[in-house]
Amino acid sequence: MSPSPASEAVYNRPNYLTADRGVRSWLTTRDHKRIGVMFLVLTAAALALGGFFALLIRIELLTPGPTIMDAMTYNRMFTLHGVVMIFLFMIPAIPGIFGNFFLPLMIGAQDVAFPRINLATVYLYLLGAAIAVYGMVHGGADTGWTFYTPYSTTTTTKVAPILLGAFVLGLGSILTGINFIVTTHTLRAPGLTWHRLPLFVWAIYATSVIQVLATPVLGMTLLLVTVENVFGFGIFDPARGGDPILFQHLFWFYSHPAVYIMVLPAMAVVSEVIQTFARKNMFGYKAVAYSSLGIAFVGFFVWGHHLFTSGQSAFDSGVFGVLSMFVGLFTAVKVFNWTATLYKGAIQVSAPFVYIVGFLFYLVFGGMTGIALATVSLDVHWQDTYFVVAHFHFVMAAGTVMAFLAALHYWWPKMFGKTYAERPALVGGFLVIFGFAATFVPQFLLGNMGMPRRYYSYPERFWPLNVASTAGASLVAIGFLIVLVNLVVSLAWGRVAGPNPWGSKGYEWNTPSPPDKENFPGTPVFTHGPHEYQEPVPAAAEVTHAA
Amino acid sequence: MQPETQAARLAHHFPDLRTQENAARLGMWLFLATEVLLFTALFTAYSVYRYLFVHAFDEASRLMHTGLGAANTLVLLTSSLTAALAVYYARRGQARRSAVLLAATLAFAATFMVIKAFEYGHHFHEGQLPGRFYTYPELQLPGASMFFTLYFLMTGVHGLHVLIGMGVLAFLMVRTLRGGYSTAYSTPVELGVLYWHLVDLIWIFLFPLLYLI
Repeated sequence: MSPSPASEAVYNRPNYLTADRGVRSWLTTRDHKRIGVMFLVLTAAALALGGFFALLIRIELLTPGPTIMDAMTYNRMFTLHGVVMIFLFMIPAIPGIFGNFFLPLMIGAQDVAFPRINLATVYLYLLGAAIAVYGMVHGGADTGWTFYTPYSTTTTTKVAPILLGAFVLGLGSILTGINFIVTTHTLRAPGLTWHRLPLFVWAIYATSVIQVLATPVLGMTLLLVTVENVFGFGIFDPARGGDPILFQHLFWFYSHPAVYIMVLPAMAVVSEVIQTFARKNMFGYKAVAYSSLGIAFVGFFVWGHHLFTSGQSAFDSGVFGVLSMFVGLFTAVKVFNWTATLYKGAIQVSAPFVYIVGFLFYLVFGGMTGIALATVSLDVHWQDTYFVVAHFHFVMAAGTVMAFLAALHYWWPKMFGKTYAERPALVGGFLVIFGFAATFVPQFLLGNMGMPRRYYSYPERFWPLNVASTAGASLVAIGFLIVLVNLVVSLAWGRVAGPNPWGSKGYEWNTPSPPDKENFPGTPVFTHGPHEYQEPVPAAAEVTHAA
Repeated sequence: MQPETQAARLAHHFPDLRTQENAARLGMWLFLATEVLLFTALFTAYSVYRYLFVHAFDEASRLMHTGLGAANTLVLLTSSLTAALAVYYARRGQARRSAVLLAATLAFAATFMVIKAFEYGHHFHEGQLPGRFYTYPELQLPGASMFFTLYFLMTGVHGLHVLIGMGVLAFLMVRTLRGGYSTAYSTPVELGVLYWHLVDLIWIFLFPLLYLI
């Protein structure tokens, strides 16, 4: 698609990257696009750190006994891996980077509703990360990222700073959520009705609802554990009448919906990429849009499936189990609509699309094992084994990473105006996708054989599969390196992308690449839905700019 | 300071002032929802432990000074009235009255904190303290220390909100005195007072839970 006349007219104006210069202009920016880029740098660094911890864990598990670290260090490593990946990468990554960058562009707005608060979220992220990293350097924590009481309240490791860091990160997450909700409600351009919103916006909106409603509960819970750890108020301490199970309820009331904070933005990306690379309108637009809200809603009533073996009554477990399966229903609605969109589409197999195929595999396979785990009688057997580890790494980790990489490749030309080399991108993509399978399929088998999670050593008979898993992890690492080098190289030597290298009909592609500092020369007026490929409308009517 | 002109107040990314103010309002309501959920964790903990330790909570709540609690309830409810009136006069452009009412609200808030400090002092003196610090000899039931854990956590977090609210009210009062608000523009006063009402509302739940039942 050629750039719309309006964007051609402004094509030689300085873009958001070049409009202001100097470090100071970045540190004080209120431009949602620059904030998105800052989150890209920060969360990518967090991904590297968390991945480094993951590799150390896998190397340690290469042999049944001690390999490179002692048991205590191992405990710290899996805790830090979890904390970094969840709070510093998976929760903030896609909303922070792509939500910030593209949500305003997609709704025809000049910025998010509260640009200053948006900038504050960057600093809250930095502050939270700094506090957490301080705790990691000075002692670390050995509780696992779940901080289960009473162990987390009695351990001598530095739990308190890590909890406080997570609290600050949570505050940033809440503010991001509020910002996106208010932006979607108040800043949609004329003509952009709810049913014309891109599906990306729908899913980010649903994510924001969870962030706003669930995160405060986690915040208070983390504070309670901190108070308990430092002062010993006894709120979760059985010796003083406290109930550790109460912690589990409060913790999972956030942390289960948090899984959807991670996976809904991934689904947001999938909808966009699939439409662009299949050259088709979304099949069942409304079903996909509302299923995001469905997941957000049901997600609040399923936390009890983490407590099947914690003494919860059989009736409660049954109810939570059945409710959990509703999430599978809404997810299935999305998956079927995505595949129906691909059906008879003019599919273009490029790097972003390859990642989406990877995403679908991991989501469906991981989701099906999730349905199995939500069945109480089966879960009792698998509880706290590698089967659970493999399940949530398929859905959450692989799912989020696939969508993150798909989004990165898909929107890279828009964000930086350069195209990357396709062949290395595909090689990196295949390594990451197959690496994840090679890492976690053996873990499914190990878990089913009875290998418990978070154990430092294991019997000889688990050895071969652990070697396979570590080999897979190194494939993922190599894949990530190729992706990183390829993208960074493209910044300097990549071809100029032009406004719309994919020929997409998503709204955000109606801007120059990189976009102007002021997103649009005037207020855009929308006359039809996003990604309308089948019923071409005259070019002039697509997105006109009223002065 | 002169009242800002309409055009200067409109941020570049909003089409008009009405939308901008509605956005601020929606943002504030969402923020208040997160505050309610923050306290929900504490209310849940309270419900669970009240159910587990019915007798101990019953006895421990008798150690509260109901008179002081009731006085504080009255103080906070009145402060909500003065705060609401401050918004009323701010909207009508009567800045002086609005500022006086905000000052009255601040005075009530300070009174609340002083009374609360007296209560805390009494509990400290008697050893009615959370968890392992609990030493009160006349009530040694399992769960009694838990009551005071929750009492101090809930009123402590609430007190923190009162202090933050006082900061907000003071800021609004100064801005009002400097002529920052007018009939055309009083949204910040409205939003700040909304926050103050929430602080009041939470106390309306804390008072019966901790003092009366």
